Amino acid sequence: MTNLDLSKPTSDAAPAGTPLLDVDDLRVEFRTRTGTVHAVNGVSYSLAAGETLAILGESGSGKSVSAQAIMGILETPPAVISGGGIWFEGRNVLEMSAEDQRKVRGPGISMIFQDALSSLNPVYSVGFQIGEMFRAHRGMSRKEARKRAVELMDRVRIPAAARRVDDYPHQFSGGMRQRVMIAMAIALDPRILIADEPTTALDVTVQAQVMDLLKDLQRETGMGLILITHDLGVVNEVADNVAVMYAGEIVERGTVDDVFTRPAHPYTEGLMGSVPQVEAKGGRLQPIAGQPPNLARIPSGCPFHPRCARRRLGAEAAPGRECSTDVPPLRLVVPGREAACHYSEEVLGVRAP
Amino acid sequence: MSEPREHGATAASSLSKPAPTPVAPTLEEPAASGARGPLGDTLLEVRGLQKHFPLTQGIVFKRTIGHVRAVDGVDLTLRRGETVGLVGESGCGKSTVSKLIVALERPTAGSILYKGKDVARMGGRALKEYRREVQIIFQDPYASLNPRMTVGDIVAEGWAVHDDVAPKKGRLKRTQELLDRVGLNPDYVNRYPHQFSGGQRQRIGIARALALQPEVIVCDEPVSALDVSVQAQVVNLLEDLQDEFGLSYLFIAHDLSVVRHISDRVAVMYLGSIVEEGTDEQVYASPSHPYTQALLSSVPLHEPHLRGQKDRILLQGDVPSPADPPSGCRFRTRCWKAQDVCATEAPALVDRGQGHPSACHFAEARMVVPVDAE
Repeated sequence: MTNLDLSKPTSDAAPAGTPLLDVDDLRVEFRTRTGTVHAVNGVSYSLAAGETLAILGESGSGKSVSAQAIMGILETPPAVISGGGIWFEGRNVLEMSAEDQRKVRGPGISMIFQDALSSLNPVYSVGFQIGEMFRAHRGMSRKEARKRAVELMDRVRIPAAARRVDDYPHQFSGGMRQRVMIAMAIALDPRILIADEPTTALDVTVQAQVMDLLKDLQRETGMGLILITHDLGVVNEVADNVAVMYAGEIVERGTVDDVFTRPAHPYTEGLMGSVPQVEAKGGRLQPIAGQPPNLARIPSGCPFHPRCARRRLGAEAAPGRECSTDVPPLRLVVPGREAACHYSEEVLGVRAP
Repeated sequence: MSEPREHGATAASSLSKPAPTPVAPTLEEPAASGARGPLGDTLLEVRGLQKHFPLTQGIVFKRTIGHVRAVDGVDLTLRRGETVGLVGESGCGKSTVSKLIVALERPTAGSILYKGKDVARMGGRALKEYRREVQIIFQDPYASLNPRMTVGDIVAEGWAVHDDVAPKKGRLKRTQELLDRVGLNPDYVNRYPHQFSGGQRQRIGIARALALQPEVIVCDEPVSALDVSVQAQVVNLLEDLQDEFGLSYLFIAHDLSVVRHISDRVAVMYLGSIVEEGTDEQVYASPSHPYTQALLSSVPLHEPHLRGQKDRILLQGDVPSPADPPSGCRFRTRCWKAQDVCATEAPALVDRGQGHPSACHFAEARMVVPVDAE
């Protein structure tokens, strides 16, 4: 577990402190009839109070599955947590009984999802659904819970909260529904909020409002925020630290400033080249060749090597660093930066300012 | 250019794009935005386009209780070899525009002129030819391919109707050439869509459109469903095909960065009409409509050193219902510049001295997105 602290932020936003959450060598598999899908393969990260950690990856990179494992909402079977630990405030959640897990997670860790409409129950009013948190965990009466629901709706800036508390999810716009979900998530003042693609389904102007709200709430409560996204822009504007995932592994980790200005892993570098920017028309895009791998058949050696422009195979490679056979460990490349590439120094050198 | 004619109620529809009058560009004029060679003659001209969908009530006896004004006065011009980007948020009517242009929907009012001929008046052979020449690529590569057809059949299906495009004998070979051209293995002709990834399916959709040798391709959110690394591959493919076949694209998307990258000219849409239009440089570097400014200011930037360097304009409230749009300027209910005149008079899409057309009474160019100095 020693390597965990390397990822610790030198961020200005996060106050120093012991990590709230330590994910240590987490492994999740899906055992299906057609084979075992290795969705998360040894992921470790930690999160401090007030920190925003972005987990960046494409679909199928395991970013959501790792978060679902933390929340205990993986469907088991087919999913199996086949190794590792999830330490929340010093206790390993995975070793607790189901009832203890619920008691820890309910008020401690909460999560918001991409699709607010399918995450809310269409047959209950939003006030009832927000109030459920208080009734279930705090034993409040319906009346009290409803009152608290109105307060929360005010806090997430839903206009005319007192009037809208009895409305149903379909009566709200996409951005407002996402606010309802945020209200439910922060109801019990969690220490950690996991936001899984919270703004992907929203328009940019609404996305900006929702991200602002999340940042403000974080500032007020000092909660840790895990932001799961594929959007480089959102990561840059919101997060302190970033972990880039590929094929169920973290391939690069560091502060957003460092990683985005000088990527150390060819995959991160490839992502940067793939995305057009709004601030300039830019030249031709430099896409990453090929497709993301099938997690049932992850390539040998470095999982990225079939798509990598910098791969070294056979005699080209340095001893013990052959990309198709030797698995590159996530290692410290320069202070504050880890990358899982045999040739990270080379990658870093290229985009040096 | 055809004479703009009065169509129905909206004022915006009555004004066409200003002729290229020699208005001196007040702001930094781009060196050359059309990096892909000289632009040709006008292929597609949309004037005052409207599409209203009736809202009905009752089950047996349906009566119309109102209309959703999905598209309400859109003017667009597409020239040969050019890419025009159409951006807007969900519900602004951009997909309805694409359906109208490929003649899947009939306009309520307004006209679509293709090579000078009104599509609404076309029939029989002319319409068939129009539908061959103007193809479409859809957003969702999972829903737009028939799961029971092989890739080869999907690509070749258009030839069943337009049998003069490819002689019957060489169709298999031609299909394989097309697959090869869009970056798919030609041996995959007998596979089914589910055997392909999202990016590959979108390539199949592109091959299907190319099979009919179109002049114009309407791309309706062609890359929004794809992962970023795959998105870039498809964008590059579209650019290559344009160079090779001299295609014109109407590129409809909500992703402002992608639209800027691929487009020569950009039109911004809000609640059924176009609020601003210009070259990519004009619209992005000196937006003059408050909505464009708000939209651009919301886009997160990718460069750490530019973080916090842009004005953030947070819009209040939600987009009004297109069934009951505000009077006058559509944007006035959320606009910080709104005055009395905005409620009474719909602003025309004209150049008010800012260098490019903008539908705002108080249009004023303002830099929102910082320029990347690197």
